[in-house]
Amino acid sequence: MSSVIQASAPRTLPKGLPQVAALLIVFLVNWLVFRDFFALRLQDGRLFGSLIDVLNRGAPVAILALGMTLVIATRGIDLSVGAVMAIAGATAAALTAEGYPLPVALAAAAGVGLACGLWNGILVAVLEIQPFVATLILMVAGRGFAQLITEGQIITFVSDGFAAIGSGSFLMLPMAVMIALVMLLITHLVVRYTALGLFIEAIGANVRSSAYAGVGTKAVTIAVYMWCSLCAAIAGLIVTADIRGADANNAGLWLELDAILAVVVGGTSLFGGRFSLVLAVIGALIIQAMNTGILLSGYPPEYNLIVKAIVVLAVLLAQSPVLTAVRAVLRRKA
Amino acid sequence: MIRRHLPVLITLAVFIVGYLICLAQFPSFASTRVIGNLLTDNAFLGIVAVGMTFVILSGGIDLSVGSVIAFTGVFLAVAIERYGINPYLAFVLVLGIGALFGAGMGLLIHAFQIPAFIVTLAGMFLARGLCFVLTTDSIPINAPAYGQITEIAFVMPGGGRLTFIAIVMLVTFAAGIVLAHFTRFGANVYALGGNRTSAELMGVPVGRTTIGIYMLSSLLAALAGIVFSFYTSAGYSLAATGVELDTIAAVVIGGTLLTGGYGTIIGTLVGVLIQGLIQTYITFEGTLSSWWTKIAIGALLFAFIVLQRGLSAASLRSR
Repeated sequence: MSSVIQASAPRTLPKGLPQVAALLIVFLVNWLVFRDFFALRLQDGRLFGSLIDVLNRGAPVAILALGMTLVIATRGIDLSVGAVMAIAGATAAALTAEGYPLPVALAAAAGVGLACGLWNGILVAVLEIQPFVATLILMVAGRGFAQLITEGQIITFVSDGFAAIGSGSFLMLPMAVMIALVMLLITHLVVRYTALGLFIEAIGANVRSSAYAGVGTKAVTIAVYMWCSLCAAIAGLIVTADIRGADANNAGLWLELDAILAVVVGGTSLFGGRFSLVLAVIGALIIQAMNTGILLSGYPPEYNLIVKAIVVLAVLLAQSPVLTAVRAVLRRKA
Repeated sequence: MIRRHLPVLITLAVFIVGYLICLAQFPSFASTRVIGNLLTDNAFLGIVAVGMTFVILSGGIDLSVGSVIAFTGVFLAVAIERYGINPYLAFVLVLGIGALFGAGMGLLIHAFQIPAFIVTLAGMFLARGLCFVLTTDSIPINAPAYGQITEIAFVMPGGGRLTFIAIVMLVTFAAGIVLAHFTRFGANVYALGGNRTSAELMGVPVGRTTIGIYMLSSLLAALAGIVFSFYTSAGYSLAATGVELDTIAAVVIGGTLLTGGYGTIIGTLVGVLIQGLIQTYITFEGTLSSWWTKIAIGALLFAFIVLQRGLSAASLRSR
């Protein structure tokens, strides 16, 4: 069905050009409706402006998209990231509210995230349940667990250290953006400077032949789901720190869809194989820039969902096997 | 024969054991009132689960049903209350819109070979977005027809009321059973879920069947939306979030294989009733919080999915 080695036509556009162009076009449209879009100002040692806002608001989805890219590259999907965000946020908020020091709360949230990923990974790799079904279980039950931790209430906390994760700044950029950049860097180094990235692409192309070729498919798959849930936990911490409270019902609600959309817009095929982390992050920024643009232009934010639906359909149609075949036929004729 | 029906039998056993546990703790579970409420409260879930069973039997998935239910409610509220359209005409209109919506998704899935879950995910966004565009308020529906319809009920011995919407659900299930097991369309759905390629080679009209399946699912989601609007007497754009997951859980707990090809409509009914039973138990218990429902459903979902894996592995070995 899908092949890792794509037919390389020398005349094709450089990889990532459509995504970068799309991002610039969205920025341009935003600038047309709101002339101060590119304006930046420095205040209290931190940059402010619409552009920074796009980066800041887009950071949680960008972090989710990093983990999701790897999962999708193995031909999987993780629907539970929103629920994991809620669980991790609730864990950290509950511990902080009870007076535990910040490192303990953060470590506990990360640990809970890794445990969720281990659960998903075992279901997918060992029990061989279809990924979207396996992660559906945690998606359904996860919010229940998060509510169990918060006892059905919104836990608020007073901790400047924790709040700084959401609203602090570092090197003139919001903390969330810095965290996203660090996560991108770590993920990139791990998958591209070891054989892990190759293994992930191999699993996505064909699990069985990868296993025959000596790839530890089960271990790699479990590791990928754990990484995805860890990313979700970190995104959950940012969202929780931002509102200084854990809302088990709404934290990360529908963000799994945004993360999948970001990965798909970033050009990673849902059929697994080749992936790009940087383009997934750009995909997340495109989504956020559209959100911001709709807000700036004065349209009700509810139009967001329709715009997202149309974008995801357009990208899917462009990627669909049928249209690819048609394009190949046209190219042969030309 | 027994192995083929094992999942449904296990589902039935779970329901009976669960019911007996409830009965042992709260004797009032035997009253027809509780049973009547169980059917009424889960009527919309049952109706949409019939459509979802067909989708899952064919090896697909439909994530848009919750949004379609919400859209139906909002559309009805806006059409009836703001524009004064006759409620019955509004029902026909919204059913038509639902069917068209589903047919469109089916067309995309078939013609462009895009995975069903991502197309219906986009459908979910689209339907929810259309709700928000119509209105973000919760609009009460006060049309006299609504009062008349919700009044219709068959009083069972013991004082329980078999309401109109419960009857609609039961009729939908009956129609679903006939459609799945006694028509060519039903046979085609099973064939498609069993093995798409062999179904195509055997001459099953794959395109027509795929479009029909998603059309049916959205049509039933619209019907469920109408029933839901009777139940709440309002249209609200944030209503019925997460219903798609409850529905999928009901179908899987009802013994339908998520990979397609195996399952029954009647099993789905039992799956819906098990979910209703958990909710009723938690309401009766009083001290348990409502989020235990989600955890219990998640646990059941897990148990049944693992069971399915075990059964299909066993059948592979015996072959």
